[in-house]
Amino acid sequence: MTTLVTLEELLAYAQTMEEEAVERYQELTDLMEVHHQKEIAQLFRTMAQIESKHVDKVAGLAADRDLPHLAPWEHQWLDADSPESVPIGQERYQMSPQQALLLVLGCEERARDFYQSVVDSSPDPAIRQMAAEFAEEERQHAQLLRDWLARLPPDAGKKAGRVDLDEPLAQD
Amino acid sequence: MGKPQPILSSLEAKDYKSAVKPIWCPGCGHFGIESALFRALAHLGLPPEQVAVISGIGCSSRLPAYTECYGFHGIHGRALPMATGLKLARPDLTVVVASGDGDAFSIGGNHFIHACRRNVDMTCIVMDNEVYGMTKGQPSPTTPPNWDCKIAPGGTGVSPFSPLMVALASGAGFIARGFSGDRNGIAKMLVEAIRYPGFALLQVLSPCVTFRPEEKDWRLQVHPSELPTTANWAEATRRLAADDGMTTGIFYKAELPLYPATVMEPIDQLNAIETELTL
Repeated sequence: MTTLVTLEELLAYAQTMEEEAVERYQELTDLMEVHHQKEIAQLFRTMAQIESKHVDKVAGLAADRDLPHLAPWEHQWLDADSPESVPIGQERYQMSPQQALLLVLGCEERARDFYQSVVDSSPDPAIRQMAAEFAEEERQHAQLLRDWLARLPPDAGKKAGRVDLDEPLAQD
Repeated sequence: MGKPQPILSSLEAKDYKSAVKPIWCPGCGHFGIESALFRALAHLGLPPEQVAVISGIGCSSRLPAYTECYGFHGIHGRALPMATGLKLARPDLTVVVASGDGDAFSIGGNHFIHACRRNVDMTCIVMDNEVYGMTKGQPSPTTPPNWDCKIAPGGTGVSPFSPLMVALASGAGFIARGFSGDRNGIAKMLVEAIRYPGFALLQVLSPCVTFRPEEKDWRLQVHPSELPTTANWAEATRRLAADDGMTTGIFYKAELPLYPATVMEPIDQLNAIETELTL
């Protein structure tokens, strides 16, 4: 449960969430390019571009407001990290498109849950309304991702179990 | 030399990231530590040119290449002496050491002990994945004795090194442990470590998903300390002796005499530098 008491606070949370999502997707894009996983890199690049637009949108909403400065650890996320960032350690060297999309879907669902927790706990109707709009956007994104997942070829998930051609080996 | 104070900085974490793309394995915990360091530096408002990241050898030690801060990717186990020399010559810089369990506790083990007792003002991050990852999976000083691998069938049978106990016994004044999956928690500890006037050790449990995939479960095993930070050495000793190795938090923080900075006249003219360097 995240209780926010001002619109500025909500916008500051939204700004952090979207910016950290962009940074993490860019990091994953670089990572997958380094490991020659071009298809997955392109997916994360697309997500970084989409989240960048959200950063701009939040910046537009916050244009005439002084947002509070919060240290990273001062945010009351539902988990340790901001909800729309792929958690550290979840990506895999040979992840399939399906696995990558499921990671992204998890981000959108956590973001929706976060905004919904604001709706459920905030005493201010204006905050609840804006949080509800954000939550609805995240819900739509999650649905879009589910549609993408449904359009994947039937064997897309099987790639998760494919043989690792560069399996880690201890020195013999 | 004043310690960095929290300011409302215009710097953001991304301002510390270089254009070099990390080659750490996907899923590596080190990404979380990199991110936490940048968040901490941004929070402190330290310009990249006022920070130096010094490393030895290993996966952890690639960090200087990934930051816009000054950096030195040195030789195996020698990150601490290099950082010591830098801090004594340039006390105005914020010096951060990036090391791993092999680099800091084995090859650099002796330097580690003496850095703890010398108490030069720097922050040492040891990214502990309990394995030599860069050389493809050999047991390190912190590897459990029964970890079965090709180079040590059945395990080494050797008791693992206890970094925080050794640091405490050697005289370190700031001792903490974090988990790479908790970027914000590490960032908070790093801010305190960098502000601390002396040698600050932060061990970060950082899973190696390639050679120690079972370490992915660390996420479920780490737990925050239920006790506040103590400045009492005996109390810290008791806590660390009873610790299961998965507790996170700042265990010990005490005011200790700082190693004196070198007193030297600044050399600010090029010809003076050339004269100094003439063989």
